[in-house]
Amino acid sequence: MKIIAFCGAGIGTSAILKVNAERALARLGIDAQIEATDIAGLAVAAEDAQVILASPELVKFIGKTYADVVVIENYFDLDELTRKLEIALG
Amino acid sequence: MRLDELPDDVIALRARAGDWRQAVRLAGQALVAGGVVTDAYTERMVQVVEEFGAYIVIAPGLALAHARPGPDVLHDGLAVVTLDEPVAFGHPHNDPVEVVLALAVTSTEGHVTVLADLANAFNDPTATRDIAKATTPAAVRAVLARTQSES
Repeated sequence: MKIIAFCGAGIGTSAILKVNAERALARLGIDAQIEATDIAGLAVAAEDAQVILASPELVKFIGKTYADVVVIENYFDLDELTRKLEIALG
Repeated sequence: MRLDELPDDVIALRARAGDWRQAVRLAGQALVAGGVVTDAYTERMVQVVEEFGAYIVIAPGLALAHARPGPDVLHDGLAVVTLDEPVAFGHPHNDPVEVVLALAVTSTEGHVTVLADLANAFNDPTATRDIAKATTPAAVRAVLARTQSES
């Protein structure tokens, strides 16, 4: 299973999202690969991804995808991440 | 880069910003003061928000300004700016911002540790408020270091 953490520059915010999504997955006992990427790398990275994590501001940049787009409001809220990942992957 | 060893130069407290651009520029100036980046990086951080929106406001009251690695990044670094008056960035949920972090890295690899440390610090929902209230750089470092041992 592959999950994308997506941000504008591919450093910083997407890396924090990746770290905390890994913690949320550990809580759920789910094994998945999480890749942080920027907008330029998104299309290729998302080809075989099940889930794309993004901020509400960035959803409009995602374009057509078969992955579930999960909007994360607070990147540091493990409860929000766990709840939304559980729904997306459940 | 250790969060509990951030130099005073990259910490600016109770700064005044009229809008989000000024807030991001204050954070960029703190990076410049610390010898982390040149002024060009500051403007690139502003451009990221102009291009992609206020997604850098990643939690209530907290912005993480950043841009891609480039020749204007001298070494990896982080700056912390607290705002005297909170400023709206245009985020649907997390406005207004009272703490602006600015991150600069020389490559897309190798900054994972500092981001894990940031996650440790800010997974505590009181961290942003506590940093906003800090009156000394040492107090900021103390909040950032609260959970360092977990990393």
